Amino acid sequence: MSFASQVLREDERAIYELRSLYSKYGYSHYRVSKFEEYDLYAKNRSFLVSENLLTFTDTNGKLMALKPDVTLSIIKNVVANESSSYKLYYDEHVYRTTVGGDGFREIRQTGLESIGSIDVFAESEVLMLAMKSLESISKEFLLDISHMRFLEGFLENIGVGAENMGEFLSLIGSKNLSGLRALCGTLGIDKDKCESLCVLTAMYLPIDKALYEIKKFVKGEKMQSAFSELEQIYDTMSCYGSTDRLYVDFSIVNDMNYYDGIIFKGFINRIPDSILSGGRYDRLMEKFGKRVGAIGFAVYLDKLERFAADENSFDVDVMLVYDEDVAPRDIIAAARELGKDGSVRVLSAPDESLRCRKLVRLGKDGILTLETND
Amino acid sequence: MINIALPKGRLGEKAYGIFEEAGFECPSIREESRKLIFENAEVGVRYFWVKPSDVVVYVERGAADIGIAGKDIILEYKPDIYELLDLGMGKCRMAVAAKKDFCDRRDRTLRVATKFPNIARDYYNKQSREIDIIKLNGSIELAPILELSDVIVDIVETGKTLYENDLEPKQDIVDISARLVANKVSHKFKNAEINDICKKLEKVLAQKNK
Repeated sequence: MSFASQVLREDERAIYELRSLYSKYGYSHYRVSKFEEYDLYAKNRSFLVSENLLTFTDTNGKLMALKPDVTLSIIKNVVANESSSYKLYYDEHVYRTTVGGDGFREIRQTGLESIGSIDVFAESEVLMLAMKSLESISKEFLLDISHMRFLEGFLENIGVGAENMGEFLSLIGSKNLSGLRALCGTLGIDKDKCESLCVLTAMYLPIDKALYEIKKFVKGEKMQSAFSELEQIYDTMSCYGSTDRLYVDFSIVNDMNYYDGIIFKGFINRIPDSILSGGRYDRLMEKFGKRVGAIGFAVYLDKLERFAADENSFDVDVMLVYDEDVAPRDIIAAARELGKDGSVRVLSAPDESLRCRKLVRLGKDGILTLETND
Repeated sequence: MINIALPKGRLGEKAYGIFEEAGFECPSIREESRKLIFENAEVGVRYFWVKPSDVVVYVERGAADIGIAGKDIILEYKPDIYELLDLGMGKCRMAVAAKKDFCDRRDRTLRVATKFPNIARDYYNKQSREIDIIKLNGSIELAPILELSDVIVDIVETGKTLYENDLEPKQDIVDISARLVANKVSHKFKNAEINDICKKLEKVLAQKNK
């Protein structure tokens, strides 16, 4: 794609790279329509990143919504039985509000879903693709992974009931140790157990070191199965040769009503927010009455817009200004010649507001360079 | 280089003192000048003063890697950031206050004047109480005196201003103190540096509280 790098914005370039990456690993392109029946979202509101929907009434009186999310539309349509297996990717526009922002925004979102019987290999493949997605955007990336069942098991072990789960998760999500200590205090949770929770919450380590650290907290069947899943993922990811940018961070939390296995988020240095987000969402499938495994992630490309370096600080490479008495034939020839090195804008009078690398005047006697700004 | 947002005012200056003691000094900050940013490249820190309520904005959007923000601001704006440390300074509480002779009647909508509409709304939502929020930007104590509101939700330190104006705190909502907050992505990419700052601050604070 030699033309692409010159013309495409960073986010546009990323889209095509991601699409070619996913199709290389056998994922097929899945298109969905822009609109979806409102009911689909009304039932699964808290799964959405923002709960606000852009709705309208269709010609037949049905309440419709502009798609705020692609995953729900996909899983609604998949046929789930024992032999089914889907590996899909999408590239769509979604419509949602941003936190604290006013009004709806159109966001380009790319992502993939792997649905069917999901084993450790399938999980690792998705993680690997998440890492490769990030890598194609920048070499300075990190993929953070957490395990909802591990955390849930731990919290249950120290005596946290379902009614307090949400409060604990939100404190863990902001690594708020003083808040956790205070909450444990009011609930009468043992000090040592609380300190273990603080260790888990504060921890931020590459996966190999993290596994070593958290092993001592494993207790009970729930945690054990989650822990060995993480171990196997680590082994498989090692085979892909990509574990050095894979970190364990339990502050990556998500709604337990939808996610029950691994969840992960991807970050790029200098972009102050996560740009990739995903996880294992079997519980969501279950809500649709589909008893199969599912894992996927989305890449939020709108965040890339400001990321590109400002190397392209010129509007055009050459501004070609021709004199009145120059024949069109000569203008065409000159523009073609200058166009060999870059973009040319042809004007009859110079445009002061245009930032050009080179200002060239075409007169009867030929080309004269008036200005170079390099 | 770690960018640190400090809240303008007494609390920020006190917080800077802790940073200084922890070895992240930046002498130029103490000089009288119109400069906005103060840097000490040797220890790898850059400070800037911002309006207290803006600290979380700078941090959430990554313009600052870490910052010092009051718990009141964090509760009000609910930014998506890490809250790493309770500095235990700037202690006060968020409380409901009203005129001394105020009689709370549940059969009518409560008028609440406050600088913190989200905190007030959360508090009364939990009580399933209908309220009318009057957002003010200062001199909140005036509102019940002039019958603009029934109660106020505001920060109470000693309660002196309240008592002098014939008001008194009625219920406490939450304890407030200054927190060290961090941008989530900075915390990952500058993990070692931020952890180092965090640990050293903790040490200084522990010594002070002895």
